[in-house]
Amino acid sequence: MIKTHQRTPSRSLESVEVKSKFGAEFRRFSLDRSKPGKFEEFYGLLQHVHRIPNIDVLVGYADIHGDLLPINNDDNYLKAVKTANPLLRVFLQRKEDADYSAFGTDTLTRKKNVLSNVLRPDNRKKPPIAISLPRDFRPVSSIIDVDVLPETHRRVRLYKHGSDKPLGFYIRDGSSVRVTPHGLEKVPGIFISRLVQGGLAESTGLLAVNDEVLEVNGIEVSGKSLDQVTDMMIANSHNLIITVKPANQRNNVRISRTSGSSGQSTDSSTSHATFMASPHVMQNFHSEEVDSDEETDMVIEGSDEPQHIPVAPSASASIVSLTKSDNDHGLTPNGSVASSEGSMHTLAADTKMDPVEKEDVIRRSMEEDGTVITL
Amino acid sequence: MKRFRRHGHELHRERIKQDLFQFNKTVEHGFPHQPSALAFSSSLQLMAIGSRSGAFKIYGAPEVEIMGLHEENAAVTQIHFLPEQGQLVTLLDDNSLHLWKLKKSPDGLSILKEESRFDLRGQPGAPPSVTTITVVLPQSPGDVLFLGTEGGCVFVVEQPSFREQEEKAISQEAVLQKVPDDYRNRRSLGSVEALQENPRNPHQIVIGYSRGLIVLWDLQANQATHHFLGDLQLESVTWQRDGRQIISSHSGGSYCQWPVSNDDRLPQPLENKVPYGPFPCKAIPKILWLTTKQRTPFVIFKGGMPRASYGDRHCISVLHGSKQTAFDFTSRVIDFFVVDEAESESDCNEPRALLVLAEEELVAIDLKTPSWPVIQSPYLIPLHCSAITCSHHVSNIPIKLWERIIAAGNKQTTHYSIKPWPIDGGYSTAPEPPQRDLLLTGHEDGTVRFWDASGVCLKPLYKLSTVSVFVTDADHNDNLNQSGEDEWPPLRKVGSFDPYSDDPRLGIQKIHLCKYSSHLTVAGTAGQVLVLELNDEAADQEVACTLVDILQDQDTFKWKGHERLNPREEPVHFPAGFQPFVLVQCQPPAVVTSLALHSEWKLVTFGTSHGFGLYDYQQKRTVVVRCTLHPSDQLALEGPLSRVKSIKKSLRHSFRRIRGSRVSGRKRAVPGNNAAKVQEANARMDREALNEMELAPVQRRIEARSADDSFTGFVRSLYFADSFIKDGSYHGPSLWAGTNGGTIFAYTIHIPPVERRMEDPVTADQAKEIQLMHRAPVVGIFILDGRGILLPEPLEAAHDLSKSPDMHGNHMLLVISEEQFKIFTLPKVSTKTKLKITALEGSRVRKVSAASFSSSRVEDYSENGLLVLTNLGDIQVISLPVLRTQVRYECIRKEDVSGIASCVFTKSGQGFYLISPSEFERFSVSSKWVVEPRCIIDIEEGVGTRTLQQRVVQDGAVTKANTRDAVHSHVPGLSRSEGDGRKAVEVMEHALLNDERVLLEIQSTLESESAVTDRLSLGHLDRNSKNVAGVQPQMQRMINGD
Repeated sequence: MIKTHQRTPSRSLESVEVKSKFGAEFRRFSLDRSKPGKFEEFYGLLQHVHRIPNIDVLVGYADIHGDLLPINNDDNYLKAVKTANPLLRVFLQRKEDADYSAFGTDTLTRKKNVLSNVLRPDNRKKPPIAISLPRDFRPVSSIIDVDVLPETHRRVRLYKHGSDKPLGFYIRDGSSVRVTPHGLEKVPGIFISRLVQGGLAESTGLLAVNDEVLEVNGIEVSGKSLDQVTDMMIANSHNLIITVKPANQRNNVRISRTSGSSGQSTDSSTSHATFMASPHVMQNFHSEEVDSDEETDMVIEGSDEPQHIPVAPSASASIVSLTKSDNDHGLTPNGSVASSEGSMHTLAADTKMDPVEKEDVIRRSMEEDGTVITL
Repeated sequence: MKRFRRHGHELHRERIKQDLFQFNKTVEHGFPHQPSALAFSSSLQLMAIGSRSGAFKIYGAPEVEIMGLHEENAAVTQIHFLPEQGQLVTLLDDNSLHLWKLKKSPDGLSILKEESRFDLRGQPGAPPSVTTITVVLPQSPGDVLFLGTEGGCVFVVEQPSFREQEEKAISQEAVLQKVPDDYRNRRSLGSVEALQENPRNPHQIVIGYSRGLIVLWDLQANQATHHFLGDLQLESVTWQRDGRQIISSHSGGSYCQWPVSNDDRLPQPLENKVPYGPFPCKAIPKILWLTTKQRTPFVIFKGGMPRASYGDRHCISVLHGSKQTAFDFTSRVIDFFVVDEAESESDCNEPRALLVLAEEELVAIDLKTPSWPVIQSPYLIPLHCSAITCSHHVSNIPIKLWERIIAAGNKQTTHYSIKPWPIDGGYSTAPEPPQRDLLLTGHEDGTVRFWDASGVCLKPLYKLSTVSVFVTDADHNDNLNQSGEDEWPPLRKVGSFDPYSDDPRLGIQKIHLCKYSSHLTVAGTAGQVLVLELNDEAADQEVACTLVDILQDQDTFKWKGHERLNPREEPVHFPAGFQPFVLVQCQPPAVVTSLALHSEWKLVTFGTSHGFGLYDYQQKRTVVVRCTLHPSDQLALEGPLSRVKSIKKSLRHSFRRIRGSRVSGRKRAVPGNNAAKVQEANARMDREALNEMELAPVQRRIEARSADDSFTGFVRSLYFADSFIKDGSYHGPSLWAGTNGGTIFAYTIHIPPVERRMEDPVTADQAKEIQLMHRAPVVGIFILDGRGILLPEPLEAAHDLSKSPDMHGNHMLLVISEEQFKIFTLPKVSTKTKLKITALEGSRVRKVSAASFSSSRVEDYSENGLLVLTNLGDIQVISLPVLRTQVRYECIRKEDVSGIASCVFTKSGQGFYLISPSEFERFSVSSKWVVEPRCIIDIEEGVGTRTLQQRVVQDGAVTKANTRDAVHSHVPGLSRSEGDGRKAVEVMEHALLNDERVLLEIQSTLESESAVTDRLSLGHLDRNSKNVAGVQPQMQRMINGD
């Protein structure tokens, strides 16, 4: 489903050495690098080798930067196996006393601490950013398709999911110079004319004023009027993918082999300063994905008190519906997680959120993720 | 192998599509916008009307219409039929002459083709006025044109080669040779104002100069024979039919009769009359003198009214003996002519009818009937006699209802003359329309007009007025207009064009007619909803009024818009026809934005920007009201007028500027004239301002729609259906409402059994609420049955006119938003299929309607689909229930906002939209049902070699010969071979929109506005100017194409 553009160094090693730790026990075994199998199988294997068949555990591994990252689906399992160099270090925790905060995405400098946190659960120190379970992950804005686009272009996905931020930009008509068979020609084009302070577009740092818009969700805008492009962007606003030719060509993405395998979180509040210099977040964009994470409409059945229903669904109802939506639209969360591997962002970013806010988030996610409520 | 088969399948599908779909713009209904010239050929019995857009159209007998379109975007100022040749010469505003010919298209229909163009050139260095053509006279043998100019010279041009015969030109010097010295020295002659041929002697013409001199010129001797030394500013000259007298009209409102005899070469006027004297009068720009057997001539002239008190009237006066009437028109008179029944040898004209072309309508007056009544015209109907506010089309009207509507209409037209339409040239070969179609137009003055839209001619059938239900100010004004018998001048109002609305709140906004029950509902600007039924007898009745509070006691809202209309308390007299029996008044009285009627359930539903209501018109009781307002939507409360006003104002502003610059462009530059300089400077400043506007970037905000955008509560669509709402086993009545914010409300309706229908209340409960996540306005809701076919209209199945729907569950809900089409399952609502429009194309759905497309090749094969019009003016057909775009045609220019807003579709795949305030363009997307003029005008052969005698014999004789004739632009056979039907059709609309400057100005004004409001979305100037330029080559292709 998902192709990572970064080619792993093609080692001739056929097997991966796995060192798995549960509590104080270590187990060592090996996996076939070319056929690592499914996560479920791996999980079974781990339970088997540790002899803990009935204990639910969280699986984590240390990536090449020393970050402790979770393994809980086929994709991050594959990633873990692929990047194991040469040893794959796996850490297991009981689910009951799991320390989610241990998973971190920080750099090598915190590596020791993170590991020591895991190794010595009694010595807990909360890192500022916590990552929750992957079903709560959602994609965020990022640069995608670096491997297929010319270096002068940039494809940016503005992900509005769950965020209160407005998209926050304006477009205008303009003209640009193109090389054509008849020489240089001035052609009309669409440009970004303004970024709203604090808006999604501005905070990602991926778009700038005077960037020329070339495509909207894979459709070329040449020959379309400003109003048409406006309408297209608004219609795609839930998952807007804009291909631009940046006005400033000095910050273009260059494919470098050494870029991090795990990638860094696009925490928008901190990243935009560094982003222009070295954007790390890259994804591949496949047009068929556009629909997979499509929003769904909300339906309310029946009406005892129609005025209140859309505004305040009871908390229990929404939880029921959340699980239900997982069943109904099983593909949706998987698809979106898969497509955004390497740039995940937790929805429940702050575990200390007060209950009202939390409910608010849940409700919003319900609206956005397409929930069927039965009252 | 598989791929190959699939390819074959696609080919097959393409072939089927060709049999089903084909796009044609076929005919314009209504009155040409801004007519500028009129001509009539008595021998062909054809009339030609030219317009400011450079288009002209020939009209003959009903359904005989042929259009010609100049490549130049200049007003047609004169049209002249060349005697008996089926040829016309047109003079445009840019001083160019064009020769047109009526020809036969390959399928035998008559068409108009431009043969050649001619520009009159003077001596090098001569001022342009020397060659500015003021009058054109085709000499009756038809091979020479006389061109009078502003410089006072008459040029002679050979036909059809347009070769100038310089030796025959009549210069001022030649004319002045025999004029007495004292007259000659007084003044120059001025421009040529009149050129007329002696009706008895084609070798003698009369030349009238603006300073008053009239001369008779002998063409054979090439010299002036008679001089009439007038000293009044001359406007026009006409011959008496026997050639013994000429009549001149003057700028002071007078006319003179001059005797013509061989004895007197310097005659004095017989009589000099100022018909509306003695006070100063306006000019008489045209006069006709028509003799009768009774010896009393008809004198018909334009203008001449007393300057001070009636100078602003648009009048045509008819004098016949002691009888005198000034026909008073509501718009400027362009020109007029008289149809006579003269025998060629006779000295009498015997006028039959007077046809007057005013700026907004064509009026025919029967001169044979003593009261001079108006003859109802079969075409060129002023659709816009009050501005059109909405339209509604009903296909396939049952014969019974049809006859009753016609009967009601006939009672309204008793004041018309019983004489047939006086123009009857050519004949139509268009087949009889297969069914009876009604087009209903709602107007600003509170009337609904019923038109027969089955054929080429849009015929008025019946007019319904809703005004009498309400108390209006207009009631008191009637007495003022009544004029006594001996009023002077003897004004008589004619024509129906009346752009002034007494009360804008009366305007009709939505119409819904049930053709089976003859129940009609109309809703208006001030939240009024009327339910009417057809009654063949006049009746006095009271209209029950029910107030419906849409806001539902949400007292945080305050309506700032207009007041509601006050209904009359006492019983009102209603003439035979549709008579109202229920009035529902929405409160606040906002404009009704959506309306539906279910005649079987006796329910009507209506929506405004605040919510919607369901009303039982049997029990006259409100069933349910739902407020759809979002708390943060403040705009919805201001009322529609405040916003509309700003757009209107900006439009008016831009038009005023255009008019100003046009005038300055038209005026011929006079050196040293200060006024001209000022105008030029103004125009330059305008241009600069325009340039600046172009430079200022237009920007658009990109933002996801949110729940608190304005106007989210605006109800866009309402739909009644018998379907499965709550569970899959029981179906029942339901109401569906869609809002601007992408919300859909579904109600189940409980209707008591028939025997208890009057006692038990109808109830409705909300069953569902769907919020489309893309939050785009819901423009259409339909339900498809188990076979994927749209549910029939109410009573349709009961009348055995459609197959009864499949009621075995598996119904599907089709929701059409501006951005996408979506099919949901029922009763559990989950998405089944969808088709995105906006996300992929950037266009938005403006109008949608279900239609059935029949194959033109295979009998009994038809497909159902949705006809869709987008904001880019594209027409698309989308298949059902598999949502797939079948075809796409460019139909309306995207800048033509009012054209797109006015579009209405028929059930058989045709449609109408306004190309000007007064004209509907008819188009067809179906290849089977095409309504287009197919007419033949037969013209005598042997052109060009005729003598005077021949002419006399042939005059008036129209025979059917196999000559070169012509018809309408469009040839179905041709375009069918082109497959996708994208063939450009020559239509007036192109010309209308071809005026680049006008377009740019309108747009630039709108744009500065829309940058703020973001609602009226027009493209950017750069692009538009390119589009405009793009029209020109297309038109050329069209003209050469046939």
